Amino acid sequence: MSEEKKNEVKKEEMHLDDANRVRVLSPGMMVLKRFLRNRLAIVGMVIIIAMFLFAFVGGALYPYSESKVFYKTEQALKDFAGATVIDQFQFQTADGVTLPSDINSKALIAVSKKKYVFQTRDGQMIGMSPAAEDSDIFLIYSLEPAQVFLKGNKEFDAAVEAGRADFEQDGKVYMFDGEDFKADVYEATELAVASKRSFTGYSKDTKFSYEFYKNALIAVATGVTSFDADGTNYTVNEEGLVEANGEGYAVVSNMNFNAIDPGTFLDPAYKAAALEAFEAQGNSGSFEYADAEGNSVEYRFEKKTGQYTIKKFQETRLIDIYAAPSKAHPVGTDANGMDLLARLMYGGRISLLIGFVVVFIEVFIGMVIGGVAGFFGGWVDNLLMRLVDVVYCIPAMPLYLILGSIMDYYQASPRARIYLLCVVMAVIGWVGIARIVRGQILSLREQEFMVAAEALGISTYRRIFKHLIPNVIPQLIVFASMGLGEVILSEASLSFLGLGIKYPAASWGSIINAVNDSYVMTNYLFVWLPAGTFILLTVLAFNFIGDGLRDAFDPKMKR
Amino acid sequence: MKKFILKRLLISVVLLFFVSMIIYTIMRCMPTSYVEQQAMALSTKPGAKSYSEWVEQLNAQYGLDTGVIQGYFKWASKAIRLDFGDSWYWNQPVLQKFGSVIWYSFALGLVTFILEIIIAIPAGVSAARRQYSATDYTVTVIALIGISLPSFFFATILKYVLSVKLGWLDLYGIVGRFHESYSSTGKILDMARHMIMPVITLTVVSVGSLMRYTRTNMLEVLNADYIRTARAKGLSEDRVVNYHAFRNTLIPIVTLLGGSLPGLFSGAMITETLFQIPGIGYTSYQCVVQGDIPFVMFYMVFMAVLILLGNLIADILYAVVDPRVRVN
Repeated sequence: MSEEKKNEVKKEEMHLDDANRVRVLSPGMMVLKRFLRNRLAIVGMVIIIAMFLFAFVGGALYPYSESKVFYKTEQALKDFAGATVIDQFQFQTADGVTLPSDINSKALIAVSKKKYVFQTRDGQMIGMSPAAEDSDIFLIYSLEPAQVFLKGNKEFDAAVEAGRADFEQDGKVYMFDGEDFKADVYEATELAVASKRSFTGYSKDTKFSYEFYKNALIAVATGVTSFDADGTNYTVNEEGLVEANGEGYAVVSNMNFNAIDPGTFLDPAYKAAALEAFEAQGNSGSFEYADAEGNSVEYRFEKKTGQYTIKKFQETRLIDIYAAPSKAHPVGTDANGMDLLARLMYGGRISLLIGFVVVFIEVFIGMVIGGVAGFFGGWVDNLLMRLVDVVYCIPAMPLYLILGSIMDYYQASPRARIYLLCVVMAVIGWVGIARIVRGQILSLREQEFMVAAEALGISTYRRIFKHLIPNVIPQLIVFASMGLGEVILSEASLSFLGLGIKYPAASWGSIINAVNDSYVMTNYLFVWLPAGTFILLTVLAFNFIGDGLRDAFDPKMKR
Repeated sequence: MKKFILKRLLISVVLLFFVSMIIYTIMRCMPTSYVEQQAMALSTKPGAKSYSEWVEQLNAQYGLDTGVIQGYFKWASKAIRLDFGDSWYWNQPVLQKFGSVIWYSFALGLVTFILEIIIAIPAGVSAARRQYSATDYTVTVIALIGISLPSFFFATILKYVLSVKLGWLDLYGIVGRFHESYSSTGKILDMARHMIMPVITLTVVSVGSLMRYTRTNMLEVLNADYIRTARAKGLSEDRVVNYHAFRNTLIPIVTLLGGSLPGLFSGAMITETLFQIPGIGYTSYQCVVQGDIPFVMFYMVFMAVLILLGNLIADILYAVVDPRVRVN
């Protein structure tokens, strides 16, 4: 009873002329409806749209370009200066005096043998007189033989007693060679002063006179704290700091300082500070010294084989390679210090672009050749299909590799490589489409509507391209969407092997290329994981769409 | 049947002729950096000839001084007698080198092939049995992920997880550090251990297409009239699927698998290179990079032969397996 009632209600709702009743979906709408009902296909569509937005819109909005190199500054301990103990005599000569060329070695021998009168290679007699007892500061004399009575000479006896080889008499300096009164005596003329000290003036262009050198060194040697030179009174303290009128004038030290950067002037106060630190802290330590702006800078020093190395923290500008993801670089930077997110975006453009261009060319060639072969049949078909077979037999991967190395050889520009890659991939890849089109057309050709078209006298061109090809379109779309994924994959493989897209252009494959360095693979996951995931997602999305389309176009499917 | 095979064989030979000619032409475009390197090295020796003289002599020695067509026929006349010359990079006859590396690739290919069949066919059948069920979606998604996975990316993930993080397997190579100290069984096991990651990579990357192929064909068969008849007879679903439907699905599958048998020898260039398995793929990758023309030439032609052979086997099997196909 109730059942009948229900039927009646339905009948009342629907009449034969009801618009709802006769509404029939067009084949295109049916396909769309079936496609939209496929969840995987929708997921694929969403991914692809997201990828396009990411690559094209994202690349336009993102502030960095694919080939911008980023730098970072780093505080690095760098060698600043070196200091060596002076172990050679430094000769400060009186005005107009030239010393014999072998004076240095002779002087060293003389000091070690304590035989202060010697002859140089050119026959000149030279004498050395220490400025104080056991001092390494010597006055250098030129000697002329002289006649002086030594027996009972008080000054001579005193000199022998003190172990010296010189004495003063009547305002003249004499030197002798021997220990008793039979010694050779020479009259001495002052030539120079020899020391193992260096002088640094407070201002860069201070010139020291001989008198200053001599008196300063004698003062240092004898431990006197003040001396006169050139009419000025100087004071000198234990550290060797020479002051005139209470202001720093020069530093006398037994160290030679050399700045690593030849332009740097190490002022005496700096040297004095360093010397003090060396003295106080031994083989390694640190001291502080104010720089030109008055900021205190830390210096560290270390002594190795008699040489002090002074180090300082200095700012250096480095390319920011493999920077971990941060606010400035959300995905980090790569081996060249380029922003990875920017490279992912621009790489995505190239990967997607190559996919579409290649598939477009493939479809075009495949449709023409497959269409012609299928429509005409006979020897045309035979010939074209053998051509397809030949191309099909050429192994693609080694061929790409060879072409990559040819491009390397001719140093093709990154742009040219991309275009050439597209063309080559299309020329290899069209055969699959040609086979599909031919097979489809072979079966369609025999159908009634084609007979009708022929009977109507429609031209061959129109029959192929207006009546046959549209019937092949569904298969073509499915093939193309799956082919897109395939092309992106092979481009990625090629770029991964380093033979496809080259620096500075980027593609997802060339970004993953970095894992060929196993250190990068182990430590910088952020370099290769995003690019790989993007390839996977994009190809997967194209496959989802292709799969969905195949189901949607197939009326036998039970949806 | 004999006539058919003979005809196909003849066509294959003609195709091979053209394919090898194209390959040879491309190879001749290859920068002969190898020759130049050699000449450079030889000319720096004391008392040696000049660089250009060496280039000329080496070009003559390697048969690069003739035109492309002439050179091709010279190469082809030798190749027919299976004389592919000496590999420049490996310094030994091409065939000898080939013989020493091909078995690694074959082992890799065979294991992958078996695993693929074991996994893909049951998965494909069960997906088709319940179309649009959870199982079907899972199988479809897994298959598509496998198809979409770039092999180098998957291999890198495997390396990262299995050898860097877990430390179970070595990153590279076919033998471990202590290979020489093992017994002969141990040596084989050591090699097998090193094959694990390449096999997983290849299986995951290639299992998808067979899965989908099985599913599509099974669906087609399940929609056929004779299946409806079998169900109408009152046969159990298991018997319908496993006996009536599956046997019919086997026709295209066996054809496909038969056609891919020669492919077991083709090696996997990227996977072998990534894991440095010294198979034919890795060897020829090195040769391509080094510009070793004789070996690459041989490899390309070998690949072409494998493809032709695969097609031939598929065609013959199609006729043999399915009695309904009549051959004219």
